[in-house]
Amino acid sequence: MKRSLLLSLGLLLVGALALLMIVSFFYTPYEPNAMKIAERLQAPSLSHPLGTDNFGRDVLSRVMAGTQTAFLVGSASVAIGSAVGLAVGIVAGYAGRWADELLMRATDALLAFPGILLALLLVSVFKPSLSQTILAIGILFVPSFARVVRSGVLQQREAEYVRAVKGFGAGHVNIVFVQILPNIASSIVTTAALSFSTAILVEAALSYLGLGVQPPDPSWGRMLNESQTYLAKAPWFTLAPGLLITATVLGFNLLSDGIRDALDKRG
Amino acid sequence: MSYYIRRIFTLLLTVLLVLILTFAVFRIIPGNPALAILGVEASQEQVDMLSEKLGTDRPIGVQLADWLRGAATLDLGTSLRFDEPVAGLIAARLPVTLTIALEAVALIVLVSIPLGILAARSRGRAADLIVSAGTQLGLAVPSFWMGFLLILLFGLTLRWVPVSTYTGWSESPLLALRSTLLPAVALAIPQIAIVVRYLRTTMLEQLSLEYVRTARSKGLGERAVLYGHVLRNALLPVVTVIGILFGELLAGSLVVEQVFTLPGFGSLLITAIGNRDYPLIQGLVLFIAASVVVINFLVDLSYRWLDPKVKLR
Repeated sequence: MKRSLLLSLGLLLVGALALLMIVSFFYTPYEPNAMKIAERLQAPSLSHPLGTDNFGRDVLSRVMAGTQTAFLVGSASVAIGSAVGLAVGIVAGYAGRWADELLMRATDALLAFPGILLALLLVSVFKPSLSQTILAIGILFVPSFARVVRSGVLQQREAEYVRAVKGFGAGHVNIVFVQILPNIASSIVTTAALSFSTAILVEAALSYLGLGVQPPDPSWGRMLNESQTYLAKAPWFTLAPGLLITATVLGFNLLSDGIRDALDKRG
Repeated sequence: MSYYIRRIFTLLLTVLLVLILTFAVFRIIPGNPALAILGVEASQEQVDMLSEKLGTDRPIGVQLADWLRGAATLDLGTSLRFDEPVAGLIAARLPVTLTIALEAVALIVLVSIPLGILAARSRGRAADLIVSAGTQLGLAVPSFWMGFLLILLFGLTLRWVPVSTYTGWSESPLLALRSTLLPAVALAIPQIAIVVRYLRTTMLEQLSLEYVRTARSKGLGERAVLYGHVLRNALLPVVTVIGILFGELLAGSLVVEQVFTLPGFGSLLITAIGNRDYPLIQGLVLFIAASVVVINFLVDLSYRWLDPKVKLR
């Protein structure tokens, strides 16, 4: 019961946020970047359900627009990380020997940079922007995907069914993509969901530091940065983006746990 | 013995790769690093002068050899922004970041071990579910935003702690601890969640093992089984996890320090990035990454020393 609960809660949260994002493409109560200095730092009211910020912009409209950035950064960085990680993992696991040794030592070195440190190092090279943030976070995910894929390939490579198709004369490409990958798909999906929530957290931190998404692109992390000065005067300004980050990360974490548990039970 | 030799070899290899990586990051920029720092309006003379100062006018191999030799003697170059040795700047900021990280480790141990035991003991019951829900939430809240909430609650509403004032150790150890307490709490919360989940799983694993049944059947009370046997075995892997988390604490501290405007590694790195102070960025990132590698190495050794069952292969 608890297992399916995790999965449904995760789906519910992620679904609600995805819906909010889709709506934000067509409708936000106000234009997210429209400033109205006369209405700055207003508490939540009927006309501004989540209040206004230091430029009189509607906080609800801005957090809605922020879902677009969050989902874009999450999906694009996971796509980069999984694509490169997949390639590295397959080569390491399948080719073996020195290629394996070399690639695994390289991922070890990348893993030595804890959490946000590697992203900070990467963003310090170029000018901060949305695309640079995505690239930096994507690189961050390469080692974990590479490891998952590699260990999966190593496990499956010697499996009975792979030997069997090899006996029938199946080529390497067939063996990797048709035989092995579908069998490790579940662990890749779990890693992807988990990476998505990490991406949200790292993007929020980078943008908070002013090194991630730049204005006018809407970003929850950036909003937190702007809200810090007005913490005492306008607490609602910090609550809305912070709660949305938490909800998104929670949703994808639950999804990841739920998928893992559901597949564990079956397997 | 051969185990130690091999372990030390991989340690050195990883440190070497980290050194090369931190070096390479600023050499892959298209064009001249000095030009990237100064901007396009800089005159050729300025660019040449900075290139000479950075040493980027020399062949890349010489630069790398110099960087490696410097790192071995703790000479990480000179900061462009502060015009001081990078190593000295790092040493000056180390106490702040280290205090926060160590306080966070203490909090993790103090809070997560009882919670993990509680969750494992009451598996499936209300207490377990509450702890599980709490850990999910703890993992999802960004630690720097948790800092905001703590400031809002304890600093601005209850006024228990001063906000954004740092007192050095030499002035007053008590105040130094107090001014780093909230950041340590903010930093520790997600890690507490990780350790609680981990401890719960390892304890449940242990409880399902043969020896627990043997211990019970020879008449040992539930407490004796739990604290005498299960917990001891379950805590071993937890030591490794806390070791690994230490790196996360150092990195997380970079962001959380900014929330509390503490003069640690965080503000140093952000200033360095803002000023394109490449030597300082390089040195600081290297210092943190190398510490993480060394700490993991030490944890790995201590684990093998704590648990005689682990074969030294």
